[in-house]
Amino acid sequence: MKLVVEGIHHRFGDLNVLEDIQFTVAESEILAIIGPSGCGKSTLLSILGGILQPSAGKVYFDGAPPAASLNPLTYIFQDFSLLPWRTVEANVMLPLEHHALTREAMQARVDDVLVRTGLSDFKAAFPKQLSGGMRQRVGIARALAVNPAILLMDEPLSALDAQTRDLLMEDFLALWLRERMGAVYVTHNLSEALYLADRVCVLSRRPGRIREMVQVDIPQSERKSPQAQARLAELHDAMWKLIKGEAQQAEREISHG
Amino acid sequence: MANIDALPSALGATARPGLNEIPFRGGGFVVKSHKGVGVIGFILILALWEISVRAGWINPIFLPAASDVLAALWKLAASGELWLHLQASLMRFAIGWSLGTTAGVIVGFGIGVWSLARGIGLPLVSALFPVPKIALLPLFILWLGIGEASKVATIALGCFFTTVIATFSAIDAVPRNLIRMSQSFNVPTYAVLAKVVLPGALPGILACFRITTSICLIILVSAEMIGAEYGIGSLIIINGNLMQTDKLLAGVVVLSVLGICIGYTLTRLERWLLRWR
Repeated sequence: MKLVVEGIHHRFGDLNVLEDIQFTVAESEILAIIGPSGCGKSTLLSILGGILQPSAGKVYFDGAPPAASLNPLTYIFQDFSLLPWRTVEANVMLPLEHHALTREAMQARVDDVLVRTGLSDFKAAFPKQLSGGMRQRVGIARALAVNPAILLMDEPLSALDAQTRDLLMEDFLALWLRERMGAVYVTHNLSEALYLADRVCVLSRRPGRIREMVQVDIPQSERKSPQAQARLAELHDAMWKLIKGEAQQAEREISHG
Repeated sequence: MANIDALPSALGATARPGLNEIPFRGGGFVVKSHKGVGVIGFILILALWEISVRAGWINPIFLPAASDVLAALWKLAASGELWLHLQASLMRFAIGWSLGTTAGVIVGFGIGVWSLARGIGLPLVSALFPVPKIALLPLFILWLGIGEASKVATIALGCFFTTVIATFSAIDAVPRNLIRMSQSFNVPTYAVLAKVVLPGALPGILACFRITTSICLIILVSAEMIGAEYGIGSLIIINGNLMQTDKLLAGVVVLSVLGICIGYTLTRLERWLLRWR
């Protein structure tokens, strides 16, 4: 199943946020979207998953979503969005409860994803008892529980400290190499994008337009090697040049919101 | 460093030319725990009260000794009179508060989640909320008679508006990201209300119970003073009229204990329902 994005425009009042966004996310491809703050990355992601209505344009599935998928487009949020009154287990259960599943089938799915995310020992804990990294793991477990075809990730590591971020990034990669699902990964962190993505979409600042689509031509499993590191550093520099000026502008802006 | 540390501290900064110790200037306003001080303060006040009356500094008709108040309380309890009053008051309080709170939570929920209800309800609530509800008791007596119904209705109304306001404010404060998250998993609307909005608003609703129970206690006593055969309020007003201040104060002690018991119950309820916090 592919995700086809066609002619997306979006405005908040007089403010043009997104203009003429067009791309396709191929089956089991990881597309990273980067850009300076305020370029509409998160807005775009909300539009992709149907929780924000764009001013113009459409998002389509190309091909049927896998039959086993309960929620083909599934978000992983920057702030984790866990229900604080539910335990880890019950949080992961939430997206299953309204489906026609038996109690046992639900429990089996939950147990399975908790094992896959290393959370089995924490299933009775409340979110406040967990570290940021563990909370995001719960977010990932919840997303995996519905068998997504494409994950929509909104800066999933931005609320975490640097060490936790590195650990989780490795987890993500291991997960993808195993499950081969597609993903749209929004971030403002170039290294994150270059470590994880098959393709990087660089957005310009307000209105957000696609400035560049960069193919990262090294398999994810080999990106730790020295040759790959050199090539990635080149890409990093090239992309940083693209967005540096705009990032500077973004930083100097006074908020009117 | 080591040789500086090794200097005997008795020498002080003056013994180390060029070294000025940085004076400590933090640590203000830290709440320290003084265990048992509360009880001692309580006992001291009681003792002072008792001694002042016994020594004749205070006329016992205006303020009977603490021991006399306790004795009056004991007599009221032993004769069974106290239980008649207490039963009548508790019944009114329980029915009135439950009715007002139930209705308030339902209406508050409606205003919280449905903008049409908010458009209609909010101006009404804002207009009626500031009215001291006890002022409506005479009207309720005309409508419902002098019996229980008018008192219960006043008590219910007394907590209704506060509960409405607290409930919809609590719903407004439920993080929108949790609602968006549920929608992104296609959780149906009724389930979003039951699993996200209601538990998210619960802390605010429970906090308002503290306010509404004390409001209801005030209205209860006032209503009973205006016209009731039994009730702690009528016990107090009748004995006030007879200048039996020991019985009057016994009634006040009962109210204090009642308030403490309600507060304790609410604390336990919060601890149990909000154990995730």
